[in-house]
Amino acid sequence: MELLRQAWAIARKDLRIERRSKEVVNAAFSFALVVLLLFSFTFDPTGDQVREMSGGLLWLVYSFAGVLVLTRSFAQETQNDCLDALVAAPVPGSAIFLGKALANTVFLLFLELATLPVFTIFYNVRWEAKMAWLLPVLVLGTWGFTVIGTVFSALTVSVRLRELMLPLLVFPITVPALMASVQLTTTLFTGEPIAGDLVWLQFLAGFDLIFTLLGVTLVETILVG
Amino acid sequence: MIAAQGVWKFFGDFAALREVSLEIAAGSTLALLGRNGAGKTTLLRMLAALSSPSRGTITADGASLREPAQRRRIGLIGHGISIYDDLTAAENLEFFASLYGITAPGERIDRWLETTDLLRVRNGLARQFSRGMRQRLAIARAFFHDPDILLLDEPFTALDDRAAALLSGLIRQAHDQGRTLIISTHQLREALQLATDVAVLDRGRLAFSGPNTEELKAAPEDFYRKYTETA
Repeated sequence: MELLRQAWAIARKDLRIERRSKEVVNAAFSFALVVLLLFSFTFDPTGDQVREMSGGLLWLVYSFAGVLVLTRSFAQETQNDCLDALVAAPVPGSAIFLGKALANTVFLLFLELATLPVFTIFYNVRWEAKMAWLLPVLVLGTWGFTVIGTVFSALTVSVRLRELMLPLLVFPITVPALMASVQLTTTLFTGEPIAGDLVWLQFLAGFDLIFTLLGVTLVETILVG
Repeated sequence: MIAAQGVWKFFGDFAALREVSLEIAAGSTLALLGRNGAGKTTLLRMLAALSSPSRGTITADGASLREPAQRRRIGLIGHGISIYDDLTAAENLEFFASLYGITAPGERIDRWLETTDLLRVRNGLARQFSRGMRQRLAIARAFFHDPDILLLDEPFTALDDRAAALLSGLIRQAHDQGRTLIISTHQLREALQLATDVAVLDRGRLAFSGPNTEELKAAPEDFYRKYTETA
């Protein structure tokens, strides 16, 4: 319980800072809008082809926008050397990791929910009726992406080229989670029954669990060395 | 007691600390001296559990410094102010209070903001503060949880006169209360006036470690030169 309380304190601090500065969400949202707009010129929005690749398209946008969120996650702690005070405090690295991952997930979920209506307008894909299934897919897919991203955000915090390094490290490892998320999202958007794809949902939940445990275990070593 | 035993720290091939062994008794005030690059900050970062020794051990009363119970005892002023610009003065202290497990910190926050003369800007964002105000908030952050070990890395560097006077008073108070202080500084005379013990680092090696004496206080420059010009 103490671990969760500490993680929540760190997440709440990040959310409060972002609510004031809007630095990350504004940049990521603008980026997502531009990419969605540019892709809309490439495809015929009335065609079935769009629906079949809609999951991939959407998660591509979320992933790239997500990297913007993740890059700032630990980097913002280097301002005024706040990371030193955070690591010196009597909280385990796992609480810092979980707090950061939670805040990143909230930022990304907010971004995803905000861009879904835009996606509908540009690509004529309806998702409202599938929201009960879409929401767990978004939550599990986003958590899987952010736990890995948060670990690497901590790892690259003092790297000068972290903006370049982070996506190079994150994308290869998140491929399985992204594949599952794309498959499930496409199934929902094309109107096919989800029952046949439930194994992907289970896979996603397992992936999240494994990488959350890995992150919890590794982050102390990453932060303290 | 804080004990460093055979501590080495490598950054790549470079040895920033070389077999440093040091014992700091509870309630003592250690002046950690040495030139830039001697390893003072590296040693202080390890004492603050921000970094692990490459070899050797550092313990406080026999326990690892990474244990939360030990870290709760430590207050740190490093090179940065460790204050969040987009939080208010009160929110900054409230956040650190939650990390240190301090419940219902409202009264303590107000007391420290009053001590640092920031109570009138309690709800002002730290980014809107002057440099001196931010420094005073950083001092409040370091002392807020009532630590019994204070690690101060060149604490007077870049402080304005008001913040320096405040910190000076708090350090003296902590010293009188029998807290353990480890102060890395270039201000020899000031440090030696307060210190009970002195350690000098020279290129990563512990060149001197011992109690402060009247002779040292009388001629600190001669003593310092003797142990930092060995090569």
